[in-house]
Amino acid sequence: MTVASDKPKVGLFVTCLVDLFRPVVGFAAVKLIEEAGCEVDVPMAQTCCGQPAYNSGDRHDARMIAQNTIRAFENFDYVVAPSGSCAGMLKKHYPALFKGDARWEERAKVFAGKVHELVSFLADVRGMDRVTAAGAGSVTYHDSCSGLRELGIKAQPRALLASMDGIELREMRDPDVCCGFGGTFCVKYPDVSNAIVETKTKAISDSGAELLLAGDLGCLMNMAGKLKRQGSPVEARHVAEVLAGLTDAAPIGGRD
Amino acid sequence: MQITSPDFKQNARHALDDVQLQKALGNVRAGFIDKRQKAVDALPEFEALRDNARDIKNHALENLDLYLEAYEQKVTASGGQVHWAETAADARSIVLDICRTRGARTVTKGKSMITEEIELNDFLDAAGIVPVETDLGEYIIQLRGEHPSHIIAPAVHVNQDQVEADFRRVHTHLAPDRDLTAPETLLDEARQVLRAKYFEADIGITGANFLVAETGSSIIVTNEGNGDLTQILPRIHIVIASIEKIVPTLDDAAQILRVLARSATGQDMSVYTTLSTGPRRPDDPDGPDEYHVILLDNGRSAMLGTEFQDMLRCIRCGACMNHCPVYHSIGGHAYGWVYPGPMGAVLTPALIGVDKGGHLPNASTFCGRCESVCPMKIPLPKMMRHWREKEFERGLNPATQRYGLKAWAFFARRPWLYRLATSIAIPVLGTAGKAKGRFSWLPFAGGWTKHRELPAPETRTFRQQWSQREALKQGGAA
Amino acid sequence: MTPRDAILGKIRGGLSGADDAARRAAVEARLSTVPKGVIPARGQLDDVSRVDLFCAMVEKVTCSVARVRSHDHVPQAVSDYLRARNLPHAIRVGEDRRLKTLPWDDIKTLEVRRGASDGRDEAGLSHAMAGVAETGTLVLSSGPDNPTTINFLPEHHLVVVDARDIAGDLETVMAKVRNAFGKGKMPRTLNLITGPSRSGDIEQKIILGAHGPRAVHVIVVG
Repeated sequence: MTVASDKPKVGLFVTCLVDLFRPVVGFAAVKLIEEAGCEVDVPMAQTCCGQPAYNSGDRHDARMIAQNTIRAFENFDYVVAPSGSCAGMLKKHYPALFKGDARWEERAKVFAGKVHELVSFLADVRGMDRVTAAGAGSVTYHDSCSGLRELGIKAQPRALLASMDGIELREMRDPDVCCGFGGTFCVKYPDVSNAIVETKTKAISDSGAELLLAGDLGCLMNMAGKLKRQGSPVEARHVAEVLAGLTDAAPIGGRD
Repeated sequence: MQITSPDFKQNARHALDDVQLQKALGNVRAGFIDKRQKAVDALPEFEALRDNARDIKNHALENLDLYLEAYEQKVTASGGQVHWAETAADARSIVLDICRTRGARTVTKGKSMITEEIELNDFLDAAGIVPVETDLGEYIIQLRGEHPSHIIAPAVHVNQDQVEADFRRVHTHLAPDRDLTAPETLLDEARQVLRAKYFEADIGITGANFLVAETGSSIIVTNEGNGDLTQILPRIHIVIASIEKIVPTLDDAAQILRVLARSATGQDMSVYTTLSTGPRRPDDPDGPDEYHVILLDNGRSAMLGTEFQDMLRCIRCGACMNHCPVYHSIGGHAYGWVYPGPMGAVLTPALIGVDKGGHLPNASTFCGRCESVCPMKIPLPKMMRHWREKEFERGLNPATQRYGLKAWAFFARRPWLYRLATSIAIPVLGTAGKAKGRFSWLPFAGGWTKHRELPAPETRTFRQQWSQREALKQGGAA
Repeated sequence: MTPRDAILGKIRGGLSGADDAARRAAVEARLSTVPKGVIPARGQLDDVSRVDLFCAMVEKVTCSVARVRSHDHVPQAVSDYLRARNLPHAIRVGEDRRLKTLPWDDIKTLEVRRGASDGRDEAGLSHAMAGVAETGTLVLSSGPDNPTTINFLPEHHLVVVDARDIAGDLETVMAKVRNAFGKGKMPRTLNLITGPSRSGDIEQKIILGAHGPRAVHVIVVG
């Protein structure tokens, strides 16, 4: 049995992409949250944040999925997700989804108040200002759109990365410009998405960094997928992997 | 103009393959983004001004009927005439009526998106009246038989050598050895040709950036001075403006002007901000004898009280498209109608119907950069999502998308089924992709793998691994 | 139904549920009291610094500036400008009393042309009713004193502005306009001019002298 403690209880919203494609990010998140003095659990009733439905205009399914998420997580002190996009959905858009709904509006608001993106949770909520993991060489950091503009995540990951020994941050041109992923956008408008990600991978290559980092697996799969297709030697990882020192697994998209 | 918004995908494909266009789009960053940022950084009150600008417009919209009445009364009192037009056709026939009764043959025009919306040039041409665009960018695209690809930089898609070729083609007076290889010489040539046109024109037509209820003034904001020559030299000045251009007072206009120029071109103020009120006064030595204002609705009133009302705050600065990665990739023409970029993605479906403009609000990554720079704080992504909801409700999006989405949602709504399905599928996919770590092709993933590799999953989901870890921990503790 | 009534009716329909009496009161209040908005600190300076800022801002927007002690020095400043640029020694000017009564005859060979411009003047002279220090903006009102054509047709536009008419912000100038012409009334044209005419329409490169003046020279008096 787990011993009851005074530590804050964090529910990890692992996100569907991490769950299905890159579990190591989930373990990295758990490690970091525990290092920040919290207890972590992973409710099995979670699926997806519902963003694909919400952004496709399907409010009904989005609401159903949101209710499921709220039910699964509302008893935790905090809800943390290793993704600015999913955290933004939970924090900013769930309350909007239930606006005017007598039964769910308040519940969604209370829930939203507990939600944080992983790195901002560590830095802003838990006051973490350094990590113990060793450096990862030269890295460049892409600001994923939702994290940046919905949640104000920009300085936090850079500060934590800077606390590591043996790491060099090489900023790319326009790190705050979209990579062209956009969820279903990249498959609905593949040609436009491709033009945007080509601009991004050029900026990444021009930075001279060996490793691309970001806080959202969707963007990372898009950028890593393009880098791989272009035969680029630049590798890609979720920033949590590096901060937690869990870099034994092959980078996103494999290693040649 | 022909609406090609339903062909957005093909339009975009052509734009991506257009070498000249891609070269021209490279100028957007230095031309707009960096300058805006510098101007914004130099004004500590910029955010407070944005908030106030938004509040002013919200107040004006919530009292639009009353401010329009007050405005009309002031225009009339200053000797001007107000005409009301419900539709584009109504506005066109009012213009034509003024032209016909005054025997007008040529019309000079200041840059005006509203006259693009009502397709005034083609209409006047067909009626035997010659419209002459006088803004340099508008003049260039008029020579090319094109439409603006940007709301404040209509010829942003055209390169300098193309302008030279167009001038040589149309300006038959040009000596073959006349040097037109620099922007300066091209501008001089346009200046000379257009200077004569201002004096010849019977009527000058401008749009309006603002209509001021306090005084009955129309305001145009320009840099070239063409709008001013258009409205002071001909005998008749016609202003065509949509109803949401109204602001209550001169001070309200002054507030919004501060965010307009900075957001548009990175200037503190545009070179010419001109307030026009009525026709020339009895002792005025210059100015038009007649002053007409055509107030156009054309679908705006139907947006009031809906989730799209906020869009009526738009002051047409172009910052949203200047900062849009989609616009940067394909330019403005691919959007297929008058208004491109994020503001067009919201406004176009409202004005031409979501059945025709439906691609536009979908062709966005929701990166939110447009909203972050919008001086009027219009929640553009949110309203694009509202259009997607309308499409979904009406079943307008493609069946494959709908069924794919529904199938996914079916699982996402049922956690135990979702776990079961993913715990079967992921090991299969993970094992298949294990050697290389990625896929170059997968069934049903063509949209993705057309341009990029798909990273392969590990062989077990996070939750499979987590459950096992927790079970081991509990086993160890027991 | 007239188009006017139809449009106003549709607007009221969209705004349904709003309290009309309260709206009417709010609109009347706003139009009569004219609430002040956010006034940037930049222009809120003492008299001397405000004029200095104005001069710096007009130079920033690529105008040239000359400062003279009194109106009597304006003809010489005009002549100096024309000669320095090798322009014909002629100036177009309206009926503005402050300009008309100046010692023009003291400047030999300077031709002073009166009235509106017909487009054949190289240089024109206007008297601004105000300046705005915050942005380096000149405020000119139409009329026989300062015909609007002088602001746009000559290649060179020379503008006299009194130092005491330089305000910190545009809102202060708007208050002055209300004072000068009466609340709710305006001259036919009020030009706010911030620099010489320019265009960025060819490859976003800024070039001066699009359709209006290529150069604006500001003469600050006092």
